Amino acid sequence: MVWTQFRRNRAGLVGLVLLSAFLSAGLFAPVLAPYDPYEIELESGLKRPGPGHLLGQDELGRDMLSRVIYGARLSLVIGVIAVTIGVGIGVPVGAISGYFGGLPDLLVQRLIDVMLAFPGILLAIVLVAILGVGLVQVMVAVGIVSIPVYARLVRGQVLSLRGQEFVDAARAVGATSGRIILRHVLPNTLAVIIVQSTLQIASAILAAAALGFLGLGAQPPAAEWGSMLSNARQYIRLAPHSVMFPGLAIMLTVLGFNLLGDAIRDALDPRMRI
Amino acid sequence: MWAYIVKRLLLSIPVIFGVAFMVFAMVRIVPGDPARIIAGEAATQEIVEGIRKDMGLDRPLLRQFATFIGNVMRGDFGRSVRSKAPVAGEVAARLPNTIRLATAGLFVAVVVGVSAGIISAIRPYSWMDTVVMLVALAGLSMPVFWSGLMLILIFAVWLGWLPAVGTGGMAHLVLPAVTLGMSTAAIIARMSRSSMLEVLRSDYIRTARAKGLAEAAVVNRHAFRNALIPVITVVGLQMGTLLSGAVLTETVFAWPGIGRLLVEGILARDYPIVQASVLVVAMAFVMVNLMVDVLYAVVDPRIHYD
Repeated sequence: MVWTQFRRNRAGLVGLVLLSAFLSAGLFAPVLAPYDPYEIELESGLKRPGPGHLLGQDELGRDMLSRVIYGARLSLVIGVIAVTIGVGIGVPVGAISGYFGGLPDLLVQRLIDVMLAFPGILLAIVLVAILGVGLVQVMVAVGIVSIPVYARLVRGQVLSLRGQEFVDAARAVGATSGRIILRHVLPNTLAVIIVQSTLQIASAILAAAALGFLGLGAQPPAAEWGSMLSNARQYIRLAPHSVMFPGLAIMLTVLGFNLLGDAIRDALDPRMRI
Repeated sequence: MWAYIVKRLLLSIPVIFGVAFMVFAMVRIVPGDPARIIAGEAATQEIVEGIRKDMGLDRPLLRQFATFIGNVMRGDFGRSVRSKAPVAGEVAARLPNTIRLATAGLFVAVVVGVSAGIISAIRPYSWMDTVVMLVALAGLSMPVFWSGLMLILIFAVWLGWLPAVGTGGMAHLVLPAVTLGMSTAAIIARMSRSSMLEVLRSDYIRTARAKGLAEAAVVNRHAFRNALIPVITVVGLQMGTLLSGAVLTETVFAWPGIGRLLVEGILARDYPIVQASVLVVAMAFVMVNLMVDVLYAVVDPRIHYD
């Protein structure tokens, strides 16, 4: 039923195609990339796109296409790790906070308020300032930033579920709180968590690229889209292609996630369509 | 309404203290000696000891926090590790630039977003609507630091119409403002389209049409204002995107604002600068959110806090 709805949505299918391209680039980078992304060829630095190098070469003569493909791999890793951290901490915190209520709930909620008081990427920047500059630090920082999103989401779900009859029934037959949360409540929040994670991977990728661009994330020579852009911008006049392709890769990936997210939401709830 | 505003004000106090505490704790969480971190790698042991005494690092944590809050309230953020100048002065010099950029970005976002949304909604599912919504979707997916570079490439490098970086007259403001406003404009366009469509379907619009009003009058006088309420909500929610977008936009355009100051501070491990700029941006966000919430209560008297 949901799939039938989804198939009718052309934009959703475009999203699916974009994401498949991203995933295959990420998973099969060593097979797909025509060159070693770190191989330097100084004499052909900043060469424009041509038959040998479809997307041209960067300032050190490295193949742009291979670097963009490897960038997908790095972004995929960043997205998955960040979301794993967010789910791994945010879901239990949200579930416990919502199920038990009381003082722990109040404290957790105020802490989340404070975390959400930092606009957008600022919290990630603050965390990088504490953890230090680098790719691993960025994954952790972006992961921590997504904790409040999951905690809020799951707490809301748990609040509405805990009053339901099947929870009362489980309690009546003597199930412990831990068992009720794990076996009865959390499985019912799974759909929402999955949809949120699709969107969250996209924001994690975007945030990590932004930090890379600011010089706070992946460091050269890493083939990371944001750090590639940060490097290439000084050659914008000489080699516009070196600025175009990494950004295009970020945009198409995020667009893919957005289209897919919209389509899943429409398929699950057609009234929400905008 | 007043009860709501007072409650909302009171609720923001713990958040403000929480943010201040995080900024205060930042330097103490970083591995190593906080006094050494504040003083910088090159500082002599004497300077480090002096800072330790100034910061009262030997005193209980809560006392230290109270001192920190007191200093911040007096506008004393300490001295920059790099320039040795008072941090407050640096922040004060940069802040107007960020405010100018954010205001211009917001202006672009609202004007472009609302007009695009209304144009789409008046003829839904037409080619015009499709084009506008596709552009909006693309704008939404474009990272702000990349769209800035693309605008520089097109309008500064290729066409030579506008300056690429730096500050100066209005011409310098155009590209950064468009860059910053673009993704928010896309979100506003999508929201105002759906809001306008919903309003145009309502009974009172049918009544307005039935009594023979011209379409322009129906749209402008009856539909537009009611369609704006959800748009205000989105603008409020987008203030965070706008502020954090400013950090990135400032880096792209070498715009001397708070965001640039913050990034430079982190790269130089100049913690007093980092603390002050984080605190200023976060406080600005808390204040803007507060203002937006109060504004709702004024615009829509049906809103209650519960």
